[in-house]
Amino acid sequence: MSKFKKKKSGDLPAISTASLPDIVFMLLFFFMVVTVMRDTSIKVKNTLPYADQVEKLEKKDLIMYIYAGEPSERYQSVAGTEARIQLNDKFASLRDIKQFVFEERQNAREELRQAMIAGLKVDMKTNMGLVSDIKTELREAEALKITYITRKGAAMQNIE
Amino acid sequence: MARRSAPEVNAGSMADIAFLLLIFFLVTTTIETDSGINRKLPPIQDEQDPPPLKERNIFIVLINSNGDLLVEDEPMQLKNLKQAAVQFLDNGGGTGDEACDYCRGAKDPASSDNPVKAVISLQNNRLTKYSDYIAVQNELVAAYNELRNREAKRMFGVTFVEMEEYFKSESYTGDKDKLKERISVIKEMYPQKLSEAEPKRTSS
Repeated sequence: MSKFKKKKSGDLPAISTASLPDIVFMLLFFFMVVTVMRDTSIKVKNTLPYADQVEKLEKKDLIMYIYAGEPSERYQSVAGTEARIQLNDKFASLRDIKQFVFEERQNAREELRQAMIAGLKVDMKTNMGLVSDIKTELREAEALKITYITRKGAAMQNIE
Repeated sequence: MARRSAPEVNAGSMADIAFLLLIFFLVTTTIETDSGINRKLPPIQDEQDPPPLKERNIFIVLINSNGDLLVEDEPMQLKNLKQAAVQFLDNGGGTGDEACDYCRGAKDPASSDNPVKAVISLQNNRLTKYSDYIAVQNELVAAYNELRNREAKRMFGVTFVEMEEYFKSESYTGDKDKLKERISVIKEMYPQKLSEAEPKRTSS
């Protein structure tokens, strides 16, 4: 009786899973690279209206996001229920827009400063009064390229 | 004596860890790009007299705070707005210098002379809802795009929207300068003249 058993030649060898981590890591790195962590938390309600005649905004780093809408429920005790503007991470007033545009311009590369676009993410239920106040401020700050960021959908969906 | 080989480190759980990370990044990733309606704001100028415009070259769209439309003093449903705008822009009622040889409209002398002269004036008050405003903007842009597409198709065999897409895409192999020229030709035929008045203060 020998200690060493002869291997049975008919046995299927187990499939090696050693390369599985490599594959998964590859996927992992892909997603790590393409992930853009959202750097602002939106403090206002932000249900965008629908539109279908839209153009894609390719260069994200050129967009200055301006949010507006009613404060979300958890901020209502601080910020009230009137529609507010949000720039970066904070609630802001109309006066702050010029400063914001100026700062964003400073942060951008010089050759791209003219191509900056103000992206308006405004809640569906906001009154146009606030939106046109924002527009007036942007005109005064000479940020004339704007885009109303919308969801894809027929315009009729807005009236419901 | 039996020689024992060093036990192999089990790499099976490495996959689990990697999967965990993978799922985390999958969930947090947002690849979607924003899309929106592009507009250009008019620069602030010193007080100037607006250039004289003929009454028939202006198409007034008014949105009130309930989202009702008043187009040229007539109430209108949103779904008819695009058609009305197309009819107005494409009317081509001018004669002589102001004639429009590519328009296919009704040539109604009471409507616009030439798409180059036609101005759509969008008016709203401060209580108009943003979604109604965007809906109207969208329909008006759709009207312009419909006419531009038609002419681009007739002249160059592709629609205007496609041309703009090609112009933006990096993989387009054709001549971009030529494309740019064609786009501006179409834009000159149907310039987007959308004027927005400051919203009126309402008493209500």
